[in-house]
Amino acid sequence: MTEAGHLRVPQWQTGQLAPVAAAREDVEGPVLTGDARRLAERTIAKYPVRRSALVPLLYLVQSEVGWVPRQGMREVAEILGLTTAEVEAVATFYTMLKLHPCGKYVVSICTNPSCALLGGRALYERAKEILGEQCEHITPDGMFTLEEEECLAACDKAPVLAVNYLFYDRVSQELLERMIEGIRAGHVPEAARGGVPGELKDVSRTLAGMGSQTPPQPDTVPAGEGEGGGAPGG
Amino acid sequence: MAEFEPVLTARWGNPDAASIDGYLETGGYQGLRKALDMEPDAVIEEVKASGLRGRGGAGFPTGTKWSFIPQNTGKPVYVTVNADESEPGTFNNRELLERDPHQLLEGAIICAYAVRCHTLFVYCRGEFVWPGTVLERAVAEAYDRGYLGEDIQGSGFDLDVMVHRGAGAYICGEETALLESLEGYRGQPRLRPPFPAVEGLYKSPTVINNVETLSCVPHVMDRGASWFASIGTEKSTGPGIFSISGKVERPGNYEAPMGTPARELIEMAGGIRGGKRLKAWTPGGSSTPYLTPEHLDTPMDFDSVQAAGSLLGTKAMIVLDETDCVVDATLRFTQFYAHESCGKCTPCREGTWWMERVLRRMEAGHGRTEDIDLMHDVGQNMLFKSFCALADGAVSPIDSSIKYFRDEYEEHVRLGRCPLKDEGRPRLEAASPRSGGTTGETAQELPEGRELSLGEVLA
Repeated sequence: MTEAGHLRVPQWQTGQLAPVAAAREDVEGPVLTGDARRLAERTIAKYPVRRSALVPLLYLVQSEVGWVPRQGMREVAEILGLTTAEVEAVATFYTMLKLHPCGKYVVSICTNPSCALLGGRALYERAKEILGEQCEHITPDGMFTLEEEECLAACDKAPVLAVNYLFYDRVSQELLERMIEGIRAGHVPEAARGGVPGELKDVSRTLAGMGSQTPPQPDTVPAGEGEGGGAPGG
Repeated sequence: MAEFEPVLTARWGNPDAASIDGYLETGGYQGLRKALDMEPDAVIEEVKASGLRGRGGAGFPTGTKWSFIPQNTGKPVYVTVNADESEPGTFNNRELLERDPHQLLEGAIICAYAVRCHTLFVYCRGEFVWPGTVLERAVAEAYDRGYLGEDIQGSGFDLDVMVHRGAGAYICGEETALLESLEGYRGQPRLRPPFPAVEGLYKSPTVINNVETLSCVPHVMDRGASWFASIGTEKSTGPGIFSISGKVERPGNYEAPMGTPARELIEMAGGIRGGKRLKAWTPGGSSTPYLTPEHLDTPMDFDSVQAAGSLLGTKAMIVLDETDCVVDATLRFTQFYAHESCGKCTPCREGTWWMERVLRRMEAGHGRTEDIDLMHDVGQNMLFKSFCALADGAVSPIDSSIKYFRDEYEEHVRLGRCPLKDEGRPRLEAASPRSGGTTGETAQELPEGRELSLGEVLA
């Protein structure tokens, strides 16, 4: 892996602007119908001001489509009495709202120093190798999207990997390989806490404020190893 | 040091503690009962007397913050719990949510009672799918048992609680960005004044407190301000949870009195991994300047850490050993800030972007001696020039690494490579650069002699 850290003339100075991204994909509407519409109204009613429901409604769109297409933004704008631009301005700000078609399972690997010091970066490289070229967008089978994640606030379990934002502790490369094999074969391993992650659509529903994706349950033994360090209270 | 009994983590070993029955069996909601028997202002006075200071990083006295809330303005008062924990190296809020959600909830209810708030929001980090779910379950239980809703425990006090999920943005842990986000906007900080206490959520008086801060409150009410103040130091009272990560034997959350020396905390975490030597550590996450082995006897309280040239921040100790490259770690932290800068203020948006590029060049062995001063200079132009402290935090690892490890930067320049690169150390630089472009591609595009210095470009 060769590298050099030369500064680069910014594109706005050289006039070589990056090619305009291909027209963004969209879906045919309507996205929010029947049940989803009713959930949207229920969510809005929970807030003192309607606009506060914007991110929850975008999660609701994601729970229907698997990502947030412009059609979804248009519908949310209409529901909240905003312009599509206002909605898009918000949607583009947050990394958990996916603006392109995404794998059913978003695999996030933390490479922030607390994890990288214990192998997070190498784990990410390995995941990229296993999942292939396009995995940072979506794998050809539509199963995975790989994301390099910033600190997930689980540095005691470093390196941390999350599948649809449920965490797996101290993930080794071998465990990663087994996990991906398992998911491909339809056996999603149980997360360290929170049960078996559902698809991104299911998790998005939870995030929209529509209740738990899995029934409440006590701590479970992590897929990798038992609870090790970090004994409370010391 | 007298034997310290864990307070905030006392229930962590108990798997039932996350349920309301488990919580009640272990003395839960006693603090709330006492608070509800008092006048709201008396509750504020008690919290003031405890000396409790905010644990989200700034260390502002909690009771004083509550006392700033104006009453009878004709507007509702809001309380917002900041559960958007995402400062690199910090993970005690997550565990507090997962293992003892009612402790937080009880503290939040007491806070709401004290400031006469009837609608409370918990802004829960989006990635906390499970901790948020545990909290939602606790909220449902609390409604069920009359600790939330109308006429709480027959006191006549009403409170509704709602858990709002974030969507992946570090900046939303900054209190005004959090409010923007909760109002349905991009999470970009607001100019202060007005402060949230006067014009916060929906332009109404708002208290914003961190999870650990509010988790202390039930204990203050139950066992009294003077008991709480007897723990820790005079100006940093109470117990605290220290998140220790990186090259220690047992990374984890460790509860100890505020002011416990860093050395003892690292020993609690089993010492440096593999018997190696400590090189550098952060006292409060990546936004706080690095300290070195010389500073190990610093008591971990707000004032002592500041006197040592850093900040207590979120009490998150990230530990680097002798085989780790400080330049690489600093680069990775800088990539974090470049990624997380919300883009509102120019010094932060541009400064973090350029800093990443200079550091990448440095770590790759193409740096120049003058880059070291260049980075310091850019830092001076980022500090205290933005709406919020993100840029200030971004400068911390850079400036402090130059201060303590200048020779390591110089070694990168002299050797034309990272001096620790071939020793099999884990790489820390992000796989995908945050400021765009790849370093390899850049090298091809820019022939020798066409490298620009930052000063040149910004001139």
